[in-house]
Amino acid sequence: SPQVVWDTLGNRQFCSYKITTKTQNFCRNEYNITGLCNRSSCPLANSQYATVREEKGRCYLYMKTIERAAFPRRLWERVLLSKNYEKALEEIDENLIYWPRFIRHKCKQRFTKITQYLIRIRKLTLKRQRKIVPLRRKIERREKRREEKALVAAQLDNAIEKELLERLKQHTYGDIYNFPIHAFDKALQQQEAESESESDAEKEEEEEEEDMDQREFVEADDSDLSDFEDMDKLETSSEEEQEEEEEVEKKASHSKSKGKTPLKGPARRKRPYIEIEYEEETEPSTKTKAA
Amino acid sequence: EGRGSGPVGSAVEDGGPPAQERVLFPPTFSVSEIKNKQRRHFMFLRWKQQQRKEKLAAKKKRRKEREALGDKAPPKAIPKTIENQRVYDETTVDPNDEEVAFDEATDEFAPYFNRQTVPKILITTSDRPRGRTVRFCEQLSTVIPNSHVYYRRGLALKRIIPQCIARDFTDLIVINEDRKIPNGLVLSHLPDGPTAHFRMSSVRLRKEIKRKGKEPTEHVPEVILNNFTTRLGHSVGRMFAALFPHDPQFIGRQVATFHNQRDYIFFRFHRYIFKSEKKVGIQELGPRFTLKLRSLQKGTFDSKFGEYEWIHKRREMDTSRRKFHL
Repeated sequence: SPQVVWDTLGNRQFCSYKITTKTQNFCRNEYNITGLCNRSSCPLANSQYATVREEKGRCYLYMKTIERAAFPRRLWERVLLSKNYEKALEEIDENLIYWPRFIRHKCKQRFTKITQYLIRIRKLTLKRQRKIVPLRRKIERREKRREEKALVAAQLDNAIEKELLERLKQHTYGDIYNFPIHAFDKALQQQEAESESESDAEKEEEEEEEDMDQREFVEADDSDLSDFEDMDKLETSSEEEQEEEEEVEKKASHSKSKGKTPLKGPARRKRPYIEIEYEEETEPSTKTKAA
Repeated sequence: EGRGSGPVGSAVEDGGPPAQERVLFPPTFSVSEIKNKQRRHFMFLRWKQQQRKEKLAAKKKRRKEREALGDKAPPKAIPKTIENQRVYDETTVDPNDEEVAFDEATDEFAPYFNRQTVPKILITTSDRPRGRTVRFCEQLSTVIPNSHVYYRRGLALKRIIPQCIARDFTDLIVINEDRKIPNGLVLSHLPDGPTAHFRMSSVRLRKEIKRKGKEPTEHVPEVILNNFTTRLGHSVGRMFAALFPHDPQFIGRQVATFHNQRDYIFFRFHRYIFKSEKKVGIQELGPRFTLKLRSLQKGTFDSKFGEYEWIHKRREMDTSRRKFHL
């Protein structure tokens, strides 16, 4: 009898459908109507029982009565419910007339929930689904390794710098960057060859070049000491005068600049650049042309 | 003198290694035939050392010969690199190729390269983007001028595209996200242009880049496209070029680089400064990421009915380590 069944399975002995958690007991039986393990919800411990289950989108009402308890194959009677929600509810009522209130109520609740989730499934399948693609570990690792090696082989910084210098050479930047150093080298060498004796010319050319390289440092030295206006005067005056002055002080400035450069390397680099820009301000026409 | 019969020969010494004199293995002896692991390992190490010595000796000899010859020495051999050994791709573009030039004059990017259209970019993500992706989108929109970020809330791409075309967008970028990191990029040129789908990896946001400079300014950056050699590479390169307006503002001194190396496209954004005529300094701003082309489609984004110009088929294309497609 059902009472005996409940006493053994439900309360004391092992029931394979029962799942216990900290707060509640659940029943894994597929015919269970509420999903909990209760005296009134256990399909094994109730001889008169009914559930609603859905298969492939259609809902069925399953019923079990005492008369058929001896025939397990015919135990559960199945009734197809109509697709119309209200009609189905009426059908449930019709089939479960004179059945306990609890089972009727729970059947209708369960039917409602099922129709709701079926509606949601249909809506979701219309939207875009995320396609889940399995990753192959070996391939992922291989790609990652190859990417690292490609990064090393690429030498990006060098490549970018080379490209930029190429563009500078090809005059894509127009007149914005004024790097007259090469031109100056040549011009100054020519002048030196003309003004001084030939025997000294080569020597001084070398000294010129040294001065060229240190020219920037030396000028920065001066700007440290003097005012900006003085720098104006220095710049606007011809380069030759400057260079002749500096030749005399070459040795002194040599040691000075050598001492100073390691400390203020990047800062000093910026100074010459600013000077060049300052020069450009005196020639506004070319700048606007370039821009 | 041999060292005794092959596999049993090593019974002569156990434990500590003997002196490292010149050992001659009999020709039929192979280290892998010794059954005892310890001894086998020891023999292998000894064999390795011997190989190294021989190699060093050969090197020295070669160097001496080279010095002895002086000027008449043959030129140094070029070391083999993967780029050197790359399988020749028949679709490599020759700079003077007229057919390619003609194609490029009449393809979908022609209006851009003829300066008829100004690029206007729409950046969006897949559903429900996480913080990292959102920030990446923002940074990307500062890098690419004239770009707007719009979030998708469940809208289908196919419906977005006609709207974009109506509003005069020229390009659409969709950043796909998975597990809170961006991992895919779909770049679509809008008035029925080609669509490229990339896998994106090693994304670094601005704050993760060391020694970065200040924020990218509003100036139009220059574009550098490196190493796009084949026809496919050319079309992908043009796609990237079409994202940026034609006239870079050199005052901004910013440059965006797409560098292709072994089919990986590295994107970097730098600010440069010319220290002298021969030296330039660059400072990295902006996000960085690497892309790998997965597929190129003729029309706009359509995964089911689109006409694919190129798909990366792993089994066919990944067989050779020296074959690259871009």
